[in-house]
Amino acid sequence: MAPRTITPFGPQHPVLPEPIQLKLELEDERVVGVVPAIGYGHRGIEKACELNEYPKNIYLCERICGICSAIHGMTYCDVVEKLWPLEIPPRASYLRTIWAEMARTHSHLLWLGLLADAFGFESMFMQYWRIREKVLDILEITTGHRVTQSVSIVGGVRRDIDDDQKKHCIEVLKDVRKEAEALNNVLVNDYTVKARTVGKGVLSYDQAIALGLCGPHLRASGVKEDCRTQGYWAYGDLSYEPIVATGGDSFSRAAVRVGELYQAIDLQLEAFGKLPEGELAAKPKGNPPANEAVSRVEQPRGEVFYYAKGNGTRNLERLRVRTPTYANIPSLLVMLPGCELADVPIIVLSIDPCISCTER
Amino acid sequence: MGIIATSRLKSPWIMHFDNSSCNGCDIEVLACLTPLYDVERFGIVNMGNPKHADVLVVTGPVNRRTARVLKNLYEQIPGPKMVIAVGTCGTSGGVFHNCYNVLGGVDKVIPVDVYVPGCAARPEAIIDGVVLALQKLAKLQGVAL
Repeated sequence: MAPRTITPFGPQHPVLPEPIQLKLELEDERVVGVVPAIGYGHRGIEKACELNEYPKNIYLCERICGICSAIHGMTYCDVVEKLWPLEIPPRASYLRTIWAEMARTHSHLLWLGLLADAFGFESMFMQYWRIREKVLDILEITTGHRVTQSVSIVGGVRRDIDDDQKKHCIEVLKDVRKEAEALNNVLVNDYTVKARTVGKGVLSYDQAIALGLCGPHLRASGVKEDCRTQGYWAYGDLSYEPIVATGGDSFSRAAVRVGELYQAIDLQLEAFGKLPEGELAAKPKGNPPANEAVSRVEQPRGEVFYYAKGNGTRNLERLRVRTPTYANIPSLLVMLPGCELADVPIIVLSIDPCISCTER
Repeated sequence: MGIIATSRLKSPWIMHFDNSSCNGCDIEVLACLTPLYDVERFGIVNMGNPKHADVLVVTGPVNRRTARVLKNLYEQIPGPKMVIAVGTCGTSGGVFHNCYNVLGGVDKVIPVDVYVPGCAARPEAIIDGVVLALQKLAKLQGVAL
């Protein structure tokens, strides 16, 4: 038996921009054990949400994660609205859906680029991020900011999309789809890409369920589970069907995200077509009442769960957030042992880790 | 002056460290490297190794756990070195100022040369911050930029 060594992967590591440490137990080049150490990104947002007044928490919740920031803000608003409960106008729910899917488009393009970077396909990484800039541009045009959109308020949304913006967004989205198709073709069919991803980090259907995974990571193992099927906001009106792959490996996870990228663009186009006229926001009456509420929303990385407890004052008594990466990290303990050291970055990346979400 | 001093200005190697930021500034730092902004045309290269770096780009507020890591990284970078704090929370703690695990801005732990405001800081602002840092470095070395 070869001697075992422990190699730290992180917290400062070229593959991931975020701080997470994995202590890899190695036998020569083969990983035999892994211990994740998290907590580098912990700020204490949940506690701070109890100290701030409830409308100000939107800004804090949006900064739980800078990639799915729009959806975090919307989910927070959603859970606080459920305390009354407060009905949001149909136009607001459509606009939320559009921005949520826009965020998913840019997040998946970002991830596809990072995946290409993880196996050393630098030019593909650059190409994906070039396309992503177009999505960020329409996000900036419609919301006012590239990354932290801050469009949601309790009761609805803060900004409207006018007809000119709508026309421009539709044009750009069609363009993005066309360019992404050319690139995805390489990702899905290229021999070298397949050699690095097929059969790496395999999780079976049963394992995926037993580990309690969520999001594209779960759907890549053949489980048809997606929060959007609940039909919150405008998803009930749109033709939506979860995208599933059966391989359970890193390649399937990429394939699911490629499918979701197209689907997100289609959903936006459909929502733009059906966008109803009307008010942007309903006005909440008084403070959030003493009540409890939960909200489950599908983020690019999986299901995010918000719990809020009001007590009749301007402050919430408790806010609890459970983010998708937190659910997906345990799968690393199953996927990594047995793989080679060189495949660790790809497998870690295949769960689309968002550490700042996880640790808050 | 010497070729090292000149090359340091013409091709500064940066290292990016994420304290406990929300990711917003991190992806904007990464976006600087990609085709639309493409800082590599100025010779700026992103490094993973602190011993290769000239400029340390730090995003996010310092928390109790990353303070030690940040200090460690800063000490490993050979001088002369520049530190850029990116984003509102990197400069002052920002929206996280009242979180219990947050110590505040980057300057609580290491000396900062350039502050880049914005939440999240735009790539243009980050590039501007790097240029400011280089001007400071040029002055320090007594060479023209």
